[in-house]
Amino acid sequence: MILDEQTFAQLSNGLVYSAIAVYALAMLAYAAETAGRMAGARVAVTGTVVADSPSRSRLLGAFGTSLTVLAFLLNLGGVVTRGLAAGRVPWGNMYEFVLVCALAAGAAYLAFLSRRPVRAFGVWIVAIVLLALGLAVTVLYTPAGALVPVLDSYWLVIHVAAAITGGGVFTVGAVATGLFLVRHRQERRGTAQAPRGRYAASLPTTRTLEQVAHTAHIFAFPIWTFAVIAGAIWAENSWGRYWGWDPKETWAFITWVFYAAHLHAQATAGWRGVRASWFALAGYAAFLFNFFGVNLWITGLHSYAGV
Amino acid sequence: MRTAVILLALLALAAIPGSLFPQRNVASDPAAVIQYTQEHPRLAPWLDRLGMFDVYASPWFAAIYVLLLVSMTGCVLPRSRRLWQSVRSAPPPAPRNLARLEGHRAWETTREPAEIIATAAGHLRRRRFRMVATADEVRAERGYLREVGNLAFHLSLLVLLVGIAAGKLVGFEGRVAVTEGGAFANDLSQYDAFSPSAWTDVDDLEPLSFRLEEFDVSYQTSGSNLGQPSQFAARLAYRAGGGEEQTVTVEPNHPLDVNETKFFLTGNGYAPVVTVRDGRGKAVFTGPVQFLPLDTSYASDGVIKAPDAQPTQLAFEGFFLPTADVGPQGPYSMFPDTLNPQLFLTAYTGDLGFADGVPQSVFTLDKDELTQVRRNGKPFSQALSVGETMQLPGGRGSLTFDGVSRFANFQIAYDPGKEITLAAAVVLLVGLTASLAIRRRRLWLRVRPTEGGGSLVEVAGYSLTRREPPPEEIADLVAALHGPHHSATASKDASA
Ligand code: HEM
Repeated sequence: MILDEQTFAQLSNGLVYSAIAVYALAMLAYAAETAGRMAGARVAVTGTVVADSPSRSRLLGAFGTSLTVLAFLLNLGGVVTRGLAAGRVPWGNMYEFVLVCALAAGAAYLAFLSRRPVRAFGVWIVAIVLLALGLAVTVLYTPAGALVPVLDSYWLVIHVAAAITGGGVFTVGAVATGLFLVRHRQERRGTAQAPRGRYAASLPTTRTLEQVAHTAHIFAFPIWTFAVIAGAIWAENSWGRYWGWDPKETWAFITWVFYAAHLHAQATAGWRGVRASWFALAGYAAFLFNFFGVNLWITGLHSYAGV
Repeated sequence: MRTAVILLALLALAAIPGSLFPQRNVASDPAAVIQYTQEHPRLAPWLDRLGMFDVYASPWFAAIYVLLLVSMTGCVLPRSRRLWQSVRSAPPPAPRNLARLEGHRAWETTREPAEIIATAAGHLRRRRFRMVATADEVRAERGYLREVGNLAFHLSLLVLLVGIAAGKLVGFEGRVAVTEGGAFANDLSQYDAFSPSAWTDVDDLEPLSFRLEEFDVSYQTSGSNLGQPSQFAARLAYRAGGGEEQTVTVEPNHPLDVNETKFFLTGNGYAPVVTVRDGRGKAVFTGPVQFLPLDTSYASDGVIKAPDAQPTQLAFEGFFLPTADVGPQGPYSMFPDTLNPQLFLTAYTGDLGFADGVPQSVFTLDKDELTQVRRNGKPFSQALSVGETMQLPGGRGSLTFDGVSRFANFQIAYDPGKEITLAAAVVLLVGLTASLAIRRRRLWLRVRPTEGGGSLVEVAGYSLTRREPPPEEIADLVAALHGPHHSATASKDASA
């Protein structure tokens, strides 16, 4: 049997829906693990022993990770078949951007997980990916098809691929940064008794969270820089100017500058840690706004790449 | 560094309003500012005074990035000097207490101190450390390229600005729409729009001319993306300087490049071909008239002017549908290609206003001195298919729809600073990647003789960046010295 484009398109949709279902299960498993860890954290604080809760929670965590790997593979399959259906790289419209960005975030999380104890943010990463995929299939869905001529350029392929990869890794950085702030507050106040404090106490140490965030940021920042440069080259190729302060370009620039501010703040006495974190979160917010806000609300030359 | 953080944050914030308010020189829609001013007559003048319609050329935006670059230069030049000194001087001696550093290991061995030093020195030299060995110490350092990358990165920002400035000072941008069969010569008078820079030499534009032979389009005729364009191609016969005529095809992303003056295909539309006869029956206008596409179905609107018509001047206004159909809201275009082209026009007589000498847009009518042609008290209008003629009531003239031509929009750009900018961007990227990926770090080994003729060895590392030094580096050194397989003393492990 020779698979035709229609079949690939259907297969892609099926795989994406399956990925959503499996991610949902993974989120449940991770949430249950988190609850277990919180109980464990209380044990550590109060000294009362609650039998077997930590090991059961570890098992749930491992289960969540297996499901995440499976969902990631389904997502990957969905992206690949989408490319086969459209006969081009599968990142030509917003629906596909979100699929690939979710893939990049999942990959970045799993890559970190293989080296560091970051399972505690599994629940957040999975939730974000789930939200993104849910938005993709409900609001942003576009049938597979060819590209309008101006988008048909290998600089587009490179530019978008870099932007999406950067965005996926920034997502992990943003989650680690957010949890860093939560954990930092708890460490400072010593509020392991209150429910929120208990959650914070169950997280990895601020040092681990900060290292993960830093690694993610310094990995993603050059990729983002490259994406901006490749975008400028593409713009030069198709409009004759490499930079025109189009809203999409402007927000890519804002993202870049906030992350540059973050990296500087991390190297500045008195700004390291909490204050620097806010710049990273501002950078991520700018990235998100570029992805959703600019495509949906602001008109510019890029808007035809939208929904 | 605090200054840098604050200025960077300010720069990011200052860039935001430019994406929210329409901008003058950021042309996706040149009329946007005018329209915004009409819609917000009270607010707009204030926004204008604050530079909100020209954010990226405003003094306050410039102030931020100039301050940033000045502060950066002031920061980075002394750092270069220090880097230069540290590259030329030997790695510094080990601190007294090595146990407080990263990955500290200590063990006893029966080998002599001199032998340990020699082995360690050889090992580290092979690993490309800059290294100094004394009688009881090895001092090594690696990763200077990080600093080089950091400097290259920061200084490339200055070069980037030079490249941008060059384009802004001597380059230009222009636009022209050319109908099939029509020609363009690279002369100021032939542009529809031309934005020179401060020092553009408008008398010395690249000598070239071209004729648009044909404009090819194709659209998807089936599937879910029905009507989406799949190809645009403008076939040009062009002549550069005094050379031979050549044919090129210009497509999106594939401009015509003549000595850095580039012609980009940025849009296209329909030009219905019409013949206008006046009240005497004389053909006073004949040829294609460009209509502006309104949407992706290429429903287009436009005007046709016949100032030579007698006894009164004639004008027509209306819209063109490439594939006309009638829906509940009236006529619309079903498909962007010309499957059923129709022209819907109303007519005007009177004075077109050319006598004032004020330049007019070819896409709008100044109706001050015009009267709409009416029949039975209602505005006279008619839908025309190709070959059909509309006769104006009262023998005032006629218009025949002869056929459909296409036009292509070209954006013309000349930016001599582009290569500088690109080179700076490449240095920026490489420098940045090096500065973030490379870890500058020091390694020290200290040996003390023990009473039995053996040695007490200590090894530790120290990172000059925010990331811990690669842990395997110390492990490899220890292994090369046949040291312990696990840390013998309490070591300050990063991941503890
Ligand atoms: C013009 C905008 C600027 C941008 C986009 C920028 C960007 C960067 C980036 C991405 C890094 C790497 C951060 C890291 O190593 O973790 C960096 C490092 C650095 N920047 Fe900037 N910078 C700018 C301006 C400045 C200014 C004004 C100063 C001086 C006040 C400065 C001084 C430094 C220094 C000293 C480092 C090294 C930090 C370290 O050793 O960790 N930069 N810069």
